[in-house]
Amino acid sequence: MPNMSQQKVPMPEQDPNVRNKNFEEVSYGYTEEMAVEEAQRCLNCKNKPCMGGCPVNVKIPEFIALIAEGKFEEAYLKISETSTLPAVCGRVCPQESQCEKYCVRGIKGEPVAIGRLERFAADWYMKNVKAEIKKPEQNGKKVAIIGAGPSGLTCAGDLAKLGYEVSVFEAFHTAGGVLMYGIPEFRLPKNIVQTEINKLKELGVEIHTDMVIGKVLSVDELLNEEGFDAAFIGTGAGLPSFMNIEGESLNGVYSANEFLTRINLMKSYRFPEYDTPIYMGKNVVVVGGGNVAMDAARSAKRMGAENVSIVYRRSEEEMPARREEIHHAKEEGIDFKVLCNPVRIIGTEDGWAEKVECVRMELGEPDESGRRRPSAVEGSEFTVDAEVVIIAIGQSPNPLIRNTTPDLETNKRGCIVAKNEAGETSKEGVWAGGDAVTGAATVILAMGAGKSAAQAIDEYLKSK
Amino acid sequence: MYKILRKERLNDSVSLIEVEAPYIAKKAEPGQFIILRIDEEGERVPFTIADYDREKGTVTVIFQIVGMTTERMNELNEGDYLLDFVGPLGKASEFEGVKNVAVIGGGLGTAIAYPQAKKLNSMGVRVDMINGFRNKDIIIIEEECRAACTNLYTMTDDGSNGNKGFVTTKLEELIEGGEKYDLVIAIGPLVMMKAVCELTKKYGIKTIVSMNPVMIDGTGMCGGCRVTVGGETKFACVDGPDFDGHLVDFDLAIRRSKMFAEKERTARENHKCRMEGMNNA
Repeated sequence: MPNMSQQKVPMPEQDPNVRNKNFEEVSYGYTEEMAVEEAQRCLNCKNKPCMGGCPVNVKIPEFIALIAEGKFEEAYLKISETSTLPAVCGRVCPQESQCEKYCVRGIKGEPVAIGRLERFAADWYMKNVKAEIKKPEQNGKKVAIIGAGPSGLTCAGDLAKLGYEVSVFEAFHTAGGVLMYGIPEFRLPKNIVQTEINKLKELGVEIHTDMVIGKVLSVDELLNEEGFDAAFIGTGAGLPSFMNIEGESLNGVYSANEFLTRINLMKSYRFPEYDTPIYMGKNVVVVGGGNVAMDAARSAKRMGAENVSIVYRRSEEEMPARREEIHHAKEEGIDFKVLCNPVRIIGTEDGWAEKVECVRMELGEPDESGRRRPSAVEGSEFTVDAEVVIIAIGQSPNPLIRNTTPDLETNKRGCIVAKNEAGETSKEGVWAGGDAVTGAATVILAMGAGKSAAQAIDEYLKSK
Repeated sequence: MYKILRKERLNDSVSLIEVEAPYIAKKAEPGQFIILRIDEEGERVPFTIADYDREKGTVTVIFQIVGMTTERMNELNEGDYLLDFVGPLGKASEFEGVKNVAVIGGGLGTAIAYPQAKKLNSMGVRVDMINGFRNKDIIIIEEECRAACTNLYTMTDDGSNGNKGFVTTKLEELIEGGEKYDLVIAIGPLVMMKAVCELTKKYGIKTIVSMNPVMIDGTGMCGGCRVTVGGETKFACVDGPDFDGHLVDFDLAIRRSKMFAEKERTARENHKCRMEGMNNA
């Protein structure tokens, strides 16, 4: 008999007023009892609508049924059949717009907590099972993966399982991409990311850090001189956008990338134990309404800022951030100034940010994105104190690869053009996926792209 | 891990390290830089490539002890390793079609100006090199520079080497004396580059400067290295580090260079305390 409660079993979390002062994970995750109870809410529908919402086709009802039976190890293995990074997905996937969106239980009440259950299975396995990973027999073919983010790692894992000799080239000193530099520790502990990456290494994936492809080696050199039979480009969308307003070069103004990289990757929240400093203020304004803006605001609060405001030009409804992140941010004391747009940053005489001048906005007719277009209300200017201003209005793909690979077609936004779902590019033997193709999107979409590309690369190399 | 094959002390506060990095050595060109990280706790710090040896597979970096990382670098010796060494980053300097160039180095900037002079010299370009130091005791790589140019002028602020004056004093003297430079390359402290640019603007001589702002990744990702050039925001790591000096907003660059000054002092003091603590233990 299924558990007919209309609500998800709540997941225990740190108290908002405690957690906004530390970098430990916000949510503790389900206990075994909670997981079983929640798993029993699944109706095990025959047509499995949830699976259709998952970019990597996790066998959702099957793994949940295993949790309900207390077979946690088997549940994890079921997820692993199709997903490379379950502990990561369980934490950062926007389940509400994917698997859980299609859950039948969501019609009346809350959907089954698929994400929380995935996280539970992955964490349980990590903690309780010491698995020996068998290196698959190698088929003698070499594939180069450029970028060790979600798409590259997924592609690498799938190809390694098929017997390819896989080398991943990463520009930073640590593999993980946005999982390491972008998403904060309190949302995705870095040891979890590294555990997942270590599993790939055990599969035989070689990771070469400190390698900026496009500089130290070109894509052509990888294919023609270094002996790779195919390549996958998963270089993400790393180039921060600025607003081009007055005062953006004042001291104290960061791109969200810089702010988060200093904290997450370089661990400046542990300065001076770690050498990388970060300049903080009492008042912080974060511009933008996506997950990156939420991460930056919540990190600023944890770094000791007293007043942290999110300034967003549309209304809360249009914010691209996950509802859960908005909710967590509000709980932690982040102030939301919606329908506001910064017009300039005002600095002190010696060049430090002091205030942000904003204008109130109102929403008009829907624009090409389907969201109502914001326009400024004349004469509604006001200022907000801010010694630190963080610009989190988006990123675009890095030009290093496209500038050094002449026969790789890109569009006017700088994204690599993919001919099909598998990410085949204009260049023979080269596939691409993730944010480098789509522009800034989600971890799971990037993983889905890495997965399809791995399949296509396998087919291509088998037929060659 | 990247092995330090050679370390040489050039003066009291400036040292040279030659690092084993074959892939980078194969591609490096004058004007480009590397980013290094000493160890797990270290910061990522950019250094312009001072020299490279494609056959030996090495890249040379010359650094002045000014902060935490350079102080820790100076504690390393031959045979030690750097955890990370990434490059070559940035665009290589372009000097197509030039015939008569003045290369100017200020202090440590001399080490960065040297590979440019060397490259130009090897291309058959006439090169005058003007290097400036506070006094004669801190003059570095004078012999190397002499071999890389037509005429070398080494200036000191206090005249202790017999040539008193700033690099701009000598440059103006040479121009007034009839030298027709088609390009000036100025590398050194921001105030020096600014002064050179003010002078060359007067004479209408194209001037290239090398910017070295704070950055993290060196691939265009953080935007911390932004500089304003001709009213536009540029990233020194991917759009530079070379820029048209007549278009660079130096006052802004000078202000931005101070963003982490206080934090850097804290880090350095903390490091000193740790070292002293270890020595006393």
